[in-house]
This record gives sequence, C-alpha cells and structure tokens, in this order.
Amino acid sequence: MPDANSLYGPLDPAPDAGWTAAGPRMGFFTDTSVCIGCKACEVACKEWNAVPESGFDLLGMSYDNTGALTANSWRHVAFIEQPVPAGHRTAAFAGDPTGGSAGATSAAVAAGTGSASGTNPGVPPGDADAAARMAGTVPSVAPDGTGTRFLGMPGAAPPGRGTGAETRTDFRWLMMSDVCKHCTHAACLDVCPTGSLFRTEFGTVVVQEDICNGCGYCISACPYGVIDQRKGDGRAWKCTLCYDRLGAGMTPACAQACPTESIQYGPLDELRDRAAQRVATLHERGVPQARLYGHDPTDGVGGDGAFFLLLGEPEVYGLPPDPVVTTRDLPRMWRRAGLAALAMTAAAVAAFVGGSS
Amino acid sequence: MAEAHPVGFQWVMEAKRRGAKVFHVDPRFTRTSAVADSYLPIRAGTDIALLGGVVRYILDNELDFREYVLAYTNAATIVSEQFADTEDGDGLFSGYDPNTDSYVQTSWQYAGHEADSGSGHTAKERDSAAGLRHESHGAQVHGQVQRDETLQHPRCVYQILRRHFARYTPEMVERVCGIPREKFLELARAWTENSGRDRTGALVYSVGWTQHSVGVQYIRTGAIIQLLLGNMGRPGGGILALRGHASIQGSTDIPTLFNLLPGYLPMPHHADHPTFDEWVDSIRHPGQKGFWGNARAYAASLLKAYWGDAATPDNDFCYDHLPRMTGDHGTYQQVLNMIDGKVRGYFLLGQNPAVGSAHGRAQRLGMANLDWLVVRDLFMIESATFWKNGPEVATGEIVPTECRTEVFFLPAASHVEKEGTFTQTQRLLQWREKAVEPPGDARSELWFFYHLGRRLRERLAGSPHRRDRALLDLAWDYPTHGPHDEPSAEAVLREINGYDVSTGRPLASFAEAKDDGSTAVGCWIYSGVYADGVNQAARRRSRHEQDWVAAQWGWAWPANRRILYNRASADPQGRPWSERKKYVWWDPQAGEWTGYDVPDFEKTKPPTYRPPQGASGPAALAGDDPFVMQADGKGWLYAPSGVLDGPLPTHYEPAESPLRNPLYGQQANPTRKVYAHPVNSVNPSPPQEHSQVFPYVFTVSRLTEHHTAGAMSRTVRPLAELQPEMFVEVSPELAAEAGLTHLGWAHLVSGRAVIEAKVLVTDRLTPLRVDGRVIHQLWLPYHFGYEGLVTGDSANDLFGITLDPNVLIQESKVGTCDVRPGRRPTGPALRDLVEDYRRRAGIVPGDRPPTVTTPVLRPAGRSDDGPREKGADHA
Amino acid sequence: MGLRTFIAGWPVYRQLTGTDPLGRGAAAQSGRSAGLTARTETADRVARSVCPYCAVGCGQRVYVSDDRVTQIEGDPDSPISRGRLCPKGSASKSLVTSPLRQTTVRYRRPYSTEWEDLDLDTALDMIADRVLAAREQTWEDVDSDGRPLHRTLGISSLGGATLDNEENYLIKKLFTAMGALQIENQARI
Repeated sequence: MPDANSLYGPLDPAPDAGWTAAGPRMGFFTDTSVCIGCKACEVACKEWNAVPESGFDLLGMSYDNTGALTANSWRHVAFIEQPVPAGHRTAAFAGDPTGGSAGATSAAVAAGTGSASGTNPGVPPGDADAAARMAGTVPSVAPDGTGTRFLGMPGAAPPGRGTGAETRTDFRWLMMSDVCKHCTHAACLDVCPTGSLFRTEFGTVVVQEDICNGCGYCISACPYGVIDQRKGDGRAWKCTLCYDRLGAGMTPACAQACPTESIQYGPLDELRDRAAQRVATLHERGVPQARLYGHDPTDGVGGDGAFFLLLGEPEVYGLPPDPVVTTRDLPRMWRRAGLAALAMTAAAVAAFVGGSS
Repeated sequence: MAEAHPVGFQWVMEAKRRGAKVFHVDPRFTRTSAVADSYLPIRAGTDIALLGGVVRYILDNELDFREYVLAYTNAATIVSEQFADTEDGDGLFSGYDPNTDSYVQTSWQYAGHEADSGSGHTAKERDSAAGLRHESHGAQVHGQVQRDETLQHPRCVYQILRRHFARYTPEMVERVCGIPREKFLELARAWTENSGRDRTGALVYSVGWTQHSVGVQYIRTGAIIQLLLGNMGRPGGGILALRGHASIQGSTDIPTLFNLLPGYLPMPHHADHPTFDEWVDSIRHPGQKGFWGNARAYAASLLKAYWGDAATPDNDFCYDHLPRMTGDHGTYQQVLNMIDGKVRGYFLLGQNPAVGSAHGRAQRLGMANLDWLVVRDLFMIESATFWKNGPEVATGEIVPTECRTEVFFLPAASHVEKEGTFTQTQRLLQWREKAVEPPGDARSELWFFYHLGRRLRERLAGSPHRRDRALLDLAWDYPTHGPHDEPSAEAVLREINGYDVSTGRPLASFAEAKDDGSTAVGCWIYSGVYADGVNQAARRRSRHEQDWVAAQWGWAWPANRRILYNRASADPQGRPWSERKKYVWWDPQAGEWTGYDVPDFEKTKPPTYRPPQGASGPAALAGDDPFVMQADGKGWLYAPSGVLDGPLPTHYEPAESPLRNPLYGQQANPTRKVYAHPVNSVNPSPPQEHSQVFPYVFTVSRLTEHHTAGAMSRTVRPLAELQPEMFVEVSPELAAEAGLTHLGWAHLVSGRAVIEAKVLVTDRLTPLRVDGRVIHQLWLPYHFGYEGLVTGDSANDLFGITLDPNVLIQESKVGTCDVRPGRRPTGPALRDLVEDYRRRAGIVPGDRPPTVTTPVLRPAGRSDDGPREKGADHA
Repeated sequence: MGLRTFIAGWPVYRQLTGTDPLGRGAAAQSGRSAGLTARTETADRVARSVCPYCAVGCGQRVYVSDDRVTQIEGDPDSPISRGRLCPKGSASKSLVTSPLRQTTVRYRRPYSTEWEDLDLDTALDMIADRVLAAREQTWEDVDSDGRPLHRTLGISSLGGATLDNEENYLIKKLFTAMGALQIENQARI
C-alpha cells in the first residue's frame, strides 16, 4: 500500500521516485508581469523538440492563434484583453470618445472558435461564459457565494464587458505563457499504466515516447487539461522541460529564448524566493493584483514545478483556481477496492464451491 | 518596440525593473503599450504636433539643460534677418518657390552667411534625396558665426524656437493629435524630469517615423528635444532608430542606393560635378570646419578601390567612369518608368516590392512591363509570380499570355550558408561564420555578382566602346574557394577597410587614407574593421569577460565608437556631467581624452583649445565643440541647411487626411514629392472637396510573428501558424458604425485598391476626438500576400506614392480609406468598385492635389542654381 | 547482454529491488530516456552567426551535424541579446531548412503560363547577355550639353538590406561600373 504522502501534500518528488542522488528540483517561474506576448517560447519549444504544426486558424482570441496547450503546442501564450485598470498612470483611453467595450459579442464569437490542431482533445471549443469571465465581464465569485468555477476555457478571449458600462477608459492586455505544471503530485504519472510518464531526477514529469501506448488515461487525470494525444500517432505529448537539455546542464529552449526573462528556469527553491520578492516589489509599486499561482507546496497538487506570477484571478487566464490531483483519494479508494476485492474473491470462492457441489 | 524588436526590448524591461518609466505613443495599443507605464493613443501622422508641444513645454518652463544647450548647440547663434517663420507665412517659411515646390534656403542662413553657406535652391537636392548624405555629417557653414550667449537676441536660435513652437500648447496637442492634455503633460513632465546632469532619457523610433511625407522632420523634432535636454552623446540618452532589417544600416553605409557611394559620398550629378575636383569640393567645402575636410582622400581612395591600377591621379582616378545623376532615380520613379516602358531589366535581391512597397498594383504592373526580371530569394515570392498569381491576373489587367517579362528565379543562400558581416542598428558590424553549404543551385549574392561581373568582363574583352572601359578597368579579382568558386568575403572586407596599395597593409583607420592614389579604401567609415589584418567584426569576447560597453564584441563604425559625439558626455571643461553619467572625459595629467568608449574627439585636443583665426578642417573645431562632423561643431536645434522642408519642424497634415490643418493654412508638406502619373493618385484632403469619401484613417505596421513582406515568415511553419491570416483591427465604436463583426470579413477601399481582411474588433483601438470631430483609425499588418503557407491581401496596395522630400521615402504609415462589411468583389468588378470611389472622390488620372494651400507671402528671391530642370528624368 | 543485465534492466525488477517501489521515477526510466543527450552537445561544429531578421543583431549559434543545421539558438555571450531570440529568430532553423525553399533555378519565358527548369550556368549566361543588351540599347554617353552621363537607366535593382556588407559592396561596385545608376534597397522604403 503506497504511503499517502506520496500522493498528496508537500514532497520533494525526485527522491520520492527513487532518485537517490537527485540534485535540487528544477522548474519554471513564469512572471507574466513582464511577458510581452512575443511567443518566442512557443517557437523555440517547437524548434528544439520538433513539435509538429498545430494548424492555421485565426481564432480571434486576441493575438492567441494557438488556443490551448496540446500535444502539438507545449507552450501556449494566452492573451487577455480586459476593460479594467492596468496600472497605467492614466487610464489607457481616458478622455477618448469611446462607447462600450468590444463586449461579450466578440468574446462569444472567439469562444466558439475551435482549432484543427491535429491533436485530441486538442483545442476545446470554449465556453461563452468562461470567455466572458476571462474578459472581466462576470465577477469571479458567483453572487450566491459558491466561489469560482473553472469553465474549461483553455485560452484567452477578446475583451468583453457586458455590464452596461457606457464608456471604456480602462484597459489592460495580459499575456501569459502557459506550460505543463510538472506537479509535485502528478496524476498523469500516477495513472499511467505503462510507466511511460515518469518522474525525472530533476523532479519534472516526462512522457517517454518509446513507452507510451496511447491509452489516454493521463488525459482525463490532468487537473489542468494540459496533456493531450497527437492524432495519427495516438501517443500523449507535452512539455518535457527539455529533459535532454537539462541533462546537458542547459536551460530549456523556451526560457533560453524568452527576451524579457518572463520565463525563468532554475532550482525551484530559488525561483520561489525570487517570485516572492517580485510580488513584494510589484505590491510596493502599486500592482496589488500581483499574486503567485502554483507555488504553494500545500495546494491540491503539492505545488507546481512550473508556477506563475499572475496579475489577476487564475480563471482570467483560463487556469483552474484550485486544482486538485485527481489521484488524491487513491489510497482510500484502494483500501475500499481491496475490501471489495476480498469480498468478491470470497464470493467467487463461494460460487466455485457452490458450483462444484 | 516589443512588437517589432522584442529582444532589443529586453533593455527597456531591464530599465523598467530599475525604475525607469516607459511611455508609449502609438495609434493602437500594442504589446509595448501593455507593459508601458503610460500609453498615449495618437492620430497617425501628427507626431510633430506632439513633440512640438514638448519643445514648447521645455522652453516655456525653461527646463532645458542650459549649460549643455549654450555650449553644445546652436541656441545662441544669430540667424539672418531675412528669415521668416511659418508663424508669419501661415505654414510656409521664407524662400518658398511655388514653381518648383521647394525652398531657396538663403534666408535661413546664419546672420552674415546668407551668400556663402547652405544649399541655395533645393529642388535638385530633393530629386537626389540629398538628405541621406547627412547620415554621417551635417551641411556646411563657413567661418565664424555671431552668437548671443544671453539667448535674448530676438534672432538667436533659442528665441526663434520659442516663437516657432509658441502655439504648440497642450490644448493644441489635444486638438491635433487627439491626446488629452493631461496625458500630454504627464509625458512632458516625465521626459524633462528625467534629463539633466544625473539623468538621461532615450528616444526610440522605428519606421513609424520615417515612412511619412514629413518623416525627417519627425526625427528632427526628437533631436531638438534631446539636445535641449542634454540627452545627446551621453550614456542612456540619444535617439535610437530601430531599423527593420539585418543589415539595412550596412546597406546605407555601403549603399545599394542610387544617390550614394560608400561612406555617404554622393553619386555625382551631371551638372554640378562635371569634374573630380568639383565633385570633391562639393563634399569637403574647402575652408570649412570639421572632419569632412579630408573628403578628397576618401573619394580618391574609393575610386582607387574600384578601378585599381587604372585609377591614377593623372586621370582623376577614373572619375569619368562614374555614372551621373540627372534627377530622381529612386525606386518609385523607377517603377513608374517601368510602367512607361523605359526600363529593360530589374534585379530583385531579397526584396519583395509586390508586397513590401507602397502601391503594390503599380509595382506589379511595372514588373509586368519589363524585358526581363531576375529574382534572387530563398522562397518563391509574390514579386516572382505576379504574372501567374497576382491580383491583376484576376482582374484581367495582367494576361499571362500577353505579359512579355522574362523571369529568372535564382535561389539564394541563407544567412548560415555564407559568411560576411551584417551592420546592425547601432552601427555594429558582426561577422557571421558559414555553417553549411547552400543547397542545390542556391548561391550567395557575393557569388552571383562576382561571377556575373567576371562573365561580363570576358564578353567585353577587347571592346572598343568607351562605355565598356569602366567594366574592363574594374579591379575584379577576388580569391575564390570551395566547389562553387565562392569569392572570399574576407578579401572583400579587407578592400572595404582599405589598404596601402604598395604594401597591401590594411589601414588602421580612415586617417591613413591618402588622396594621391597610394591607398585604396572601399568604404572610409568602415576603415579599421580590418586593422592589423584582423577581422575585427569577428571578435566575440563574451559579455561576461568585458565591461558594459563591450567594445570587444564586433566592431562599430567609426573607429569602434559605440556612442557618437560622446565628447558631449563631459562638460565644456572636460569633466563628467556627473559621476552617475560618466562616460568620456579629459584626463589633464595624461593630457588626453579617456573613458569607457573610444572618445569621439581628437585625442589630445584639450577642452580649452580655441582655433586660430582662419583655421579650417578639424583644427577649426574648439575644444568644446563636441559635434565634430557638424560644420560649426554644434548640435543643430535650427538647421540653416541640409533639411529641405524647413530649418525647424512644422506640423503638416499627412498627404491624405480627413482634417484641415488646425495650425496653418498650409495643409501638407509644401515640398513633398508627388508623382503626377496616371497610375498614382492621392485621396482628397481638405481644403479639397470629397475627402469624406475616404472618411477613415488607416495605418499599418508589423506583427512580432511576421517579417516585412512575409517571405521569411509566411513560409516558415512555426511562424505562419501564430498569425495565420490577414486581419484588420477596428474599435468597437467603428465596428458598430460600419457594421463590422468580429471574425467576419471587411474590405477596405482607397483610391488605388480594395483589399479584404478578417475583422478583429478590439478595445485596443479607440476613436479619437480631434479638432471637435471623432476620428476613427484602423490598423493592418502589412505582411500578407498571395504566396506562402498563409496568405491574404496586401495592406500596402492601399497606399499611393507620396514621398518625403529629404530622402524620398514614401508615406506609408498613414492614409485614408473607407471600410465596408463583407468580402471584396473579384475579377473586373474589383476595379469597378475602385473606379466608383475615384469618381465620387473626384480623382482624375494623372492629376495631383494642390501642393500649396495658402498664399505665398514671401516668395524666393533669385538663386544661383535656378529652378529645377523640368522633366529631369532623361530616360 | 547477459541474463543478469537483462533482468536488471527490467522495470519491474528495478521497481521491486530499487529505491522506487512505486515505479514512477528511476525505475520507470526507459533506456531511450536514460540515453538522451542534447543534440547541441553532439554537434559536429558550431558556427557563430547573427540573426537574419530585424536589425537588433542578436547573436546566434548554429549547430551542424552531418552537414545539416540541427539547431539555431541564441548566443549567451552576446552583449546585445544575451542569448535570447524572438519568435522569428527562434524560427531560424525552420527558415533555413524549410521544405518550401527553392533550390533550383526557375525560368519563365515571355508570354508563358508556366515555369521551366534552367541550368544555373545557362541562366547566368542569359542574364549576362540581357544586361549587355540593355546597356547597349539604353546607354547615355553625354547630356544635351555634352556633359558626361556615362550610364544606363535601362537597368534597375532593388535589395540589399538583408544582404552582407561585402555583397552590397560588390553589387554597388559592379553596377556602378556597368553604368547602372538605379540601384536601390529597403533603406529607401
């Protein structure tokens, strides 16, 4: 029976997975406050990892024509246009003869756009409610106080504010390079029946293309909707945190390319310290919205190996607000399954006995 | 900058991290705006009004860096009493000649210099894009000038500047640009507060400034601000032109341009430069101050590099082999000449004018009327397939079976398949090593031109014709290597650097160039790049192993100097302005200039040096004259010559504008270059009638994910999928007004073309309130064409051809159009739609709009040069 | 491979005997994963280059194996770019290795509706013929006042901003000697 702590709560995953001489856990800190949305990360990743094309579709989701993390897009830059204050000294369009925002109309159109990404499930069709939520149209906490709900919108949406504002003056354009979170407790790995998904000595989670048989269990296990199958190939593909480069002491391709150090790579402990300082600095500079996401070892996935500095609620970026490893309850389930199995065995034995009588 | 130069933008983000404030001025909210501290939406084409407002703010509040301004600029210089400002001329300066739409600059000169300085009549200079020459030096000024160190004289530059910009108030900025005054003041305050002894501010621009009918004056206005605030020649200051192509700086320094020879030596003009002496003297201006005094050595050494043994002092170094200009031979004049059947053959070398140049239809019609076309590129671009796939084939204007142009497509080598230097945007040369051989028939331009030249010379051997002498005399023997006989790029770089003819020793600097034929120098400003026989451009000392100036990475012209005019980083006495901004200073013990960079000053000339009476050349510059390529050693707030459309920048409306100029009766740049050709047209602007037929302002620019005309990005899968389709961005307000829907189709119509695009309705665009009206602006990327993995109509098709008078660059950052929902017509109906708009707008083929829209009060007097020769092209 | 090694390589054996009883890490690592190396480490050579897109001049390292470009990435030594590249610079390998690149000469004869193949050597000869003919037909020796012109306006050229300085130098030198004046590039645009 596995130790419950191996599946939930704080943990250094590499030693736990048998890497006795593991170095520090390595990861990404993606600081969206300096992201300029250039997509160098998407391209550098594809170039290094020979990731195939993901289709030519104008999605209308601001400048996001990738749509989601898929088997063919291991980095995805989300673009969010919101008619909310951006920390500009004066609101972007103050004094201009503006009317309403582009509104829920364009957001809904974009949300209905799906991409032929050559992957499965690929870019989900989106959800107008989620798009509106990301566009800042709907408060992130529902009126009945039930809290946030992740609606599955994978990417960004154009702006929308259907609340009847007469003029728009405030505006901000958020950009965020999303990636596999390399969870401390990676459900994809735990459910993988072939041992294709494994924990590396760097604490990262990697699909081994020579092992994967395309069963797809990992896809539904991922609390972030990251992992995805490639059509025609059938296997699951996702960010490896450039496992081959790490072995050579190199920086992952995306972080190496990133012009503004929005994507930082390094020992996770150092990154967490740096991130905390960055949040403090931003708070001092009048950016109270700055917060970390996925940094906390006590969260539902034991903290992410790839965590983020966000400038708004996670849902704004299409991220689940409170992800929980889908295998959290496995030990309990196994205990119950074990009892059930015993009972079944007993029943079967009884049946045999009965049958032979 | 984040959009088009993301990696350069890391330094802006670095500065921001350290507390710098970033202001972004752009018609649309871009990826730069997203991380800026302040964003100012602006009406396209009104930057001079905005910057002029900043000039006024500085002067009105006396916020200029007075010690710097007094010592290092021409603020104190007295201007001729003949000068009359635009304030008195309703938008025209004194000296305007309505017969040639150009200025006689006599009245603009410094007091006492009316007769012997400046350019006189400038119509001819416009046709030869003479402004480009000043990329490396200013225009001439003879002798001493009158100054008023108190800056109180009513005709001193400082007071002229005050009067000229007096009406550029925050209210006027708001009225012209659509920028609310509070936002303008935010910018003006931050800029001035961040300048002075301890702080410097940088100004960054791209082709958003150059592609205007007043582009040079945009940059001039920026220069005036930066000089007033003491931000030139100092670390963290300056005006940074972010150029758009890997070696576009290099292709200006070693020009593939009609009006220049290497190192900004002018191509000779048939009337002005009949002899070598006249040509050289027009560059060096005998008796003049500054470093251009040695121009004879640069010119003689260039001709020696070109014609080798055949070039001797006795035959003026084969000066008569040089072709002569007679007028405007620029790329747009060439295209019109192609349409008129005057051009036989055309080479396209990594350039795609069918998509990238203004008025794409004119470009394609021109190429369809050649005898032959050679296209050298990596990919099959639109400019190679116009006869087969172009939009004019669909409209029936080009019929393949009737199009005679013979097309040769020759595959080119990529940047990793050849070696050589690029000159990047800060004048830094970096050598590239060759990684692999080019595939198949692909070859470098070096290979193509060397072997073409070799074959031409073989064919002509023994030719009796005078015209063939220049080819036969040419020094054209470069060592070759490899399976394809690739010429040695290093040998060419060595020739560019220059060498002693008798010993072959590479020159260490242009100071060693001689005018007696003993040196050959291919490009004098690059001299030193091969000093000591070492390829200095190939230096790659890691940034971790040297200081922040990184002088041992590549090589910058001139003399590996990283900041030009850096003498200005020290005060007149030679001391750093502040410890924080220390850069280059005078070391009294050593008796020389020293610092982090190569000093841009004679090494041992002390700050106290004063030139003797009658001195000329460098010796005439005082020890506190930092702008050593200027004839008076000063930074020019006021330009008595050299700029053809005025000694001071003035707001003119773009050639196509929905508005009457709120500042002057003169509507648009009165000296702009307009071609009255049937294929060309300009949409009407006030005071003309029918401007409402094209009610919207459109502007175009780059996306991060694509590159220029798309040949290097629409063909590259990981880039093409990031921006897979042509689109137009509109505000929600314009979408509502025009009936456009998000992700639906729209088509845009100008007097030249109609194009279609998918609609992105976005809050990133806003209507502006301008002069009491609401003005809508649209934005388009200009990367798309009909070839490649992702295709779409070309935004540049919408533009007509109107050029800046100084450099003959087209106004392709602002125009007027109409926008309608749905797809455009196809086939002949497409032209019918355009024709209908033209009819309604009153556009008559071959007509040009009125250039002057206000009475000319002080017309030009007599001038030495006389008016422009009408019909200057002799083709 | 001996039997013992064979068995020791078995994931289940490693899982049961090693430090990774759940078989999620060290025990699950495949032979391929264990043998992975960055292809930049095994490249035959590295060329130090410069990005061909905009004018920032970012340093690139071009990795070559078996005379093929296998990777292009930022040069961390560069004081300009510090090893970083934008999406275009990052796509440089796809640019130079693109299957859409034309690698053979193509020729369209007058009034034709299709491309044809042409030998490079022949193409060069044909171009040389046409250059000489255009010069001859459009040559101007002197102007109407007898002043020298020494030129042809029958030949035009556009391009150079993405070419090397050495190439622009030879282009300008040859065209100037040909008397071809109408030489332009993107700097005018």
